Amino acid sequence: MAGTAAIDGAVDGTRAPRPVALELRGITKRFGPLLANDGIDLTLHRGEILAILGENGAGKTTLMNILFGHYTADAGTVRVADAAGRLVPLPAGRPRAALAAGIGMVHQHFTLAEALTGLDNITLGTEPLWRLRRRIAEARDRLAALMARAGLTVDLAVPVGTLTVGERQRVEILKALYRDAQVLILDEPTAVLTPAESEGLFSVLRALAAQGLAIAFISHKLGEVAAGSDRVAVLRAGRKVAERATAGADRADLAALMVGRAVAPVRRTARPPGPEVLALEGVAVAGPDLRSRLDRADLVVRAGEIVGVAGVAGNGQAALARLLFGLARPRAGTVRLQGRVVTRFDPTEAIRAGIGRIPEDRHREGAVGAMSVAENVAIEEIRGPFQRLGFLRRRAMAARARGAIEAYGIRCPGPDAPIRLLSGGNMQKVIIARALDGAPALIVAAQPTRGLDVGAVAEIHRRLLEARGRGAGIVLISEDLDEVFALSDRIAVMARARLSAALPAETLDRTRLGLMMAGQAAEHGEAQERGQDHARARQPA
Amino acid sequence: MQASLDLLMTVAFWAAALRIATPLIFGVAGAVLCERAGVLNLGIEGIMTAGAMTGWLAVHLGAGLWGGVLVAALTGAGLGLLLAVLTVKLGLSQHVSGLAVTLLATSASYFGYRLALPAAASPPRIEPFRPLDLPVLSDLPVIGPILFQQTALTLLAIAAILALGLFLGRTPLGLAVRAVGENPAAVEAQGIDVHALRLGAVVAGSALMALGGAFLTLSAFNAFFFEMVAGRGWICIALTVFAGWRPMKALLGAVLFGAFDAFQVRLQQALGGLVPGQVFLMLPYLLSIAALLVGARHASAPKALMRPYIRGER
Repeated sequence: MAGTAAIDGAVDGTRAPRPVALELRGITKRFGPLLANDGIDLTLHRGEILAILGENGAGKTTLMNILFGHYTADAGTVRVADAAGRLVPLPAGRPRAALAAGIGMVHQHFTLAEALTGLDNITLGTEPLWRLRRRIAEARDRLAALMARAGLTVDLAVPVGTLTVGERQRVEILKALYRDAQVLILDEPTAVLTPAESEGLFSVLRALAAQGLAIAFISHKLGEVAAGSDRVAVLRAGRKVAERATAGADRADLAALMVGRAVAPVRRTARPPGPEVLALEGVAVAGPDLRSRLDRADLVVRAGEIVGVAGVAGNGQAALARLLFGLARPRAGTVRLQGRVVTRFDPTEAIRAGIGRIPEDRHREGAVGAMSVAENVAIEEIRGPFQRLGFLRRRAMAARARGAIEAYGIRCPGPDAPIRLLSGGNMQKVIIARALDGAPALIVAAQPTRGLDVGAVAEIHRRLLEARGRGAGIVLISEDLDEVFALSDRIAVMARARLSAALPAETLDRTRLGLMMAGQAAEHGEAQERGQDHARARQPA
Repeated sequence: MQASLDLLMTVAFWAAALRIATPLIFGVAGAVLCERAGVLNLGIEGIMTAGAMTGWLAVHLGAGLWGGVLVAALTGAGLGLLLAVLTVKLGLSQHVSGLAVTLLATSASYFGYRLALPAAASPPRIEPFRPLDLPVLSDLPVIGPILFQQTALTLLAIAAILALGLFLGRTPLGLAVRAVGENPAAVEAQGIDVHALRLGAVVAGSALMALGGAFLTLSAFNAFFFEMVAGRGWICIALTVFAGWRPMKALLGAVLFGAFDAFQVRLQQALGGLVPGQVFLMLPYLLSIAALLVGARHASAPKALMRPYIRGER
């Protein structure tokens, strides 16, 4: 790396000038009436990691897409350092030009062809298209060297579709490195990763920055910004509102800058639990893999308490959620709901029994994208109050939706707007409005705040605590330990399809929970799929 | 029945199977190329008809046989361009656009035929491609009569589909074609023009399809008739699925269909008095459906098949 010598003097946070790799000046982009980017200036240096912090809709992704040539800016310039270190303007609107200038981008939604191997995906477009034969052996050697340099491993000979999300992301990073990227941009890189995978990612990014790459990542999570960056730029409503060195930045301060007002952390007040709402006794669910299997689980949830189920995704949480949603039937054991043994397991029965359901994947299971907000709000009750003589009562549905929009502060054009037009946070609020309607005795929330920004997370946490306050029993399935600790009265851990006993939250801390998540995995120690991630989780952070 | 099975072993039978399979090999090669790039080409039936008609007309007007082949390929390429503009550039429904191209090309071919030959009572014949007589190769036992005493177009079809297999599997451009059928965003992110790639694949694929039509008039029937393509295009669409979008399996599938057809003809001759002829005509289709049921169960289509790509849209 040509730049290694140049940055040697600049490590350890000293403010010695590092060479500029990329410079944005006055970037402005308008979509109809929406000003997505408003005069944004950013400078990215070699060997540093810049976090671009902002809520959904703050204009982060638009900015990155302009940089990579997917969009053309209405005003402003992008300049990139060439081989000699001089800043030259980047032609707008051409991904090929961005690639040629050494800008590599890892999109939030990976741009990989799943049926092709990692090697195919990486070499795609790197050879002259009219060459008669691909030079596969050469590519393989170079990639082996790159993997060693970046400190990451991934099997490049199998179809990308068979890799885990974290491994696919590594393929994306290799794709950029293979093209000799000098600037690496990652859009919400941890949105789809487990905590352990995120840690692994940041150690890779550190290694790459130390070798002189300029790295920028987009995020709305304060924790990872603090852990993973040297400098942070905060975007709000299309403008850059602050830029700080990460080391001295205060988290609450950054949160306030990002949201535009102070965000009060949720407070959980002590409350004696009521009678049993849900009981699982030796319940097992059969499934072909870890994700959809549950081994003999025991769990009691009482009125007015939140039981957190922590764990790395894919360890049987989906089976537990599907069981409680009425989508899976147990192979063995008894399920009691408010004292009565459940004999029928189907979604209709779950709805009738008053279970508030918040599914893990809001796009696939939580909402029907093409249908309106009103239809999505009413969909669980179309056999009840929203039909008369077999016809839908459109007006009643719209009225219910308007009520939800008002009560939950859902930002949308109106009850008739297709729900897919809503942002993730607003879509989730619709789902939560539907789930909490009618004061359900049991609420099952699977990853209720995944991918949402600080404001929306706080709102959803408040709603769940409110439901707890009026006496609902809540099962909170989450990978986010902050969330689990903030909300739960008792916490159980899910690992390798087994559910641990639920212990009072006060008796646990993050380290102990981490050990529980990893310890059970070690017990079965097969170095399968997630073996590497567990291994990483066991290392002290 | 024993007698009818015996004929499966004869050289003449397999030579006939390959002859019958030739238009299908061209067609399925074109369909595989288009679909691997993410475009379902339902224009195939019309493109084959147009290729049959223009190739024949060119020869009838004195262009020479290879001139006719070239004209047919260009006709196919032109219709492919039309389809590609509709489905790739404008992102319109591939079903509707493809059927529109089939209806347009078929009708235009019949119209063009009537326009060129307003007075012809019976279709004028041309001098077709002759069976090859290659030194050594054509005299080989078994292989010789089956493979090397065919007309040149049959060998061209086999060469084309083998080349397609190598192209998709071994060349950088072939990799790009496969990737654009799986995830156009991946191709765009690597700096390759998605629309140009798909456009090229559809144009080239359509040219191959048209050659399948040209085989019918320049090699098989020596003249152009209405309805002469007779559903071969649709068979190719089905064969593409049966072959799991793989050229080698597509070649196998086409030859298998040809064999069923040849078998059917011979069975009809042997048992014609006992069973109505239509039953035999049905046979290759029934057997193909059965083969599809077995073969296509685990095939997975290119992920972006039939999904138009619009830049900047997420």
